[in-house]
Amino acid sequence: MQRRPVAEPDTDAQALPTVAHYSTRPYRSVAGSDLHDSGHAPDACLQQPDDTVSQVKNSADPAGAASYFDAATAAPLHPVAREAWHAALDDGWADPDRLYASGRRARRLLEAAQAAVAESLEVRPDELSFWPSGTAALHAGVLGGLAGRQRAGATLVHSAIEHSAVLHIAAQHVAAQQGDATSVGVDLLGRLDLEAWDAAVSAPGVALASLISASHEVGTVQPVEVAGAYCKEAGVPLLVDAAQTLGRAPVPEGWSLLTASAHKWGGPPGVGLLVVRKGVRWRSPYPGDDLFRPQPRGAADIPAIVAAAASLRAVLDEEDTEAKRLSALVERIRAEVARSVPDVEVVGDPENRLPHLVTFSCLYVDGEALLHALDRAGFAVSSGSSCTASTLQPSHVLEAMGVLSHGNVRVSLHRGTTAEEVDQFLAVLPGLVTGIRAEAGM
Amino acid sequence: MTEIDCLGRRCPIPVIELAKAARSAPVGEVFRVLADDPAAANDIPAWCRLKGQEFLGQSGHAFEVRKIKD
Repeated sequence: MQRRPVAEPDTDAQALPTVAHYSTRPYRSVAGSDLHDSGHAPDACLQQPDDTVSQVKNSADPAGAASYFDAATAAPLHPVAREAWHAALDDGWADPDRLYASGRRARRLLEAAQAAVAESLEVRPDELSFWPSGTAALHAGVLGGLAGRQRAGATLVHSAIEHSAVLHIAAQHVAAQQGDATSVGVDLLGRLDLEAWDAAVSAPGVALASLISASHEVGTVQPVEVAGAYCKEAGVPLLVDAAQTLGRAPVPEGWSLLTASAHKWGGPPGVGLLVVRKGVRWRSPYPGDDLFRPQPRGAADIPAIVAAAASLRAVLDEEDTEAKRLSALVERIRAEVARSVPDVEVVGDPENRLPHLVTFSCLYVDGEALLHALDRAGFAVSSGSSCTASTLQPSHVLEAMGVLSHGNVRVSLHRGTTAEEVDQFLAVLPGLVTGIRAEAGM
Repeated sequence: MTEIDCLGRRCPIPVIELAKAARSAPVGEVFRVLADDPAAANDIPAWCRLKGQEFLGQSGHAFEVRKIKD
């Protein structure tokens, strides 16, 4: 029996999937029956609608937040992501490694998404891989970057304010006696100590350096280009975690490996990106067939990847406008919180910061109590205070900066945030802080 | 020296107790705060910086602070 060559056109070649094809379809609602427009007859099992989602939707939650201010954790789904996701479900379920028609369709879809994201990032498609989350991409990037440079050295240099995924790797790296880790500090505004960074990456035996593009907790933009120049001088590859920057502000130059996470820009959860520049040594830290080309284990979630690709393009198109709008709202929060709440410390660099994120700490306030009070008032925020963490440890970022860690609130905005919501937040905050302080006798 | 025992109590309680004690104390008074919450090592010096008081140092779970202004 002769196998059809992979390159042979499919019988339905006139409808070859591309990301544009998926993302330019008119929006159709989730509930609408028109989701099934691809010629499939409605399945008999759909005659009895599944109620898994509606059960949750209709259950009473007394703390339902009306204003969502935690985009730095997960931004609400961009409408383009929703549309592309639905459209890709019909073709993206098959295994793209299989050679039959449905597998080839899935492969084309994955490759189209790969090409679209590569174009958005201005990298080559074969430099880009998709991972099951931003954390998974970060693990693959750092572990693979270390493994690829084993002959050059075993030291991982990182800033003290990296995402905890990097710090966990550093701790494991040292505990397993695989090598050393050098943590480089930041100043009171959360800016990398460049002199210490230069010394750290120039030391002998450095395998990899890791720097977050901007602090995910306080918004301070890091001097990636200068830090990258020091790495280049020392011949050390630099990994930049751009999860908070991509889609919000231009991604800086000067990196060898780059990671990001789709749900930070309004794509779906469960899609992480890793870019490994051509010529950068990377060796898979995981078991698998191909040790030198980054690729995640197991089946890719192709519909989610297509949604990530489509929404990234849309988000980059609106980036300048949204950055200006959100930055003005953040400026209003920075100024108004400092004015209306006594004994408050607005933290992070006031100038060189992310457009959508602001963090402040209120003296004598329990962060968990404030978070719950804000939730009851209809505002979802996050906090770096120890009482809100499962570990009961304060945020390593606030600690590294030496700023107050209790009573901490991080507000991060998104394209759906309105000026009215921000005004309402600023109106209720001082009263909530006063109330919590009064309970503590302050 | 005034000792403030906040062992076993979570932040921000050590900072609140320090602020309350400092309120009525004369300038020059030294406080020794005992606190084992992991946030205390960060928040007691940060309180000193924000309130213009002097952080004298830390030894284990003991933090010393001098009131240098009202």
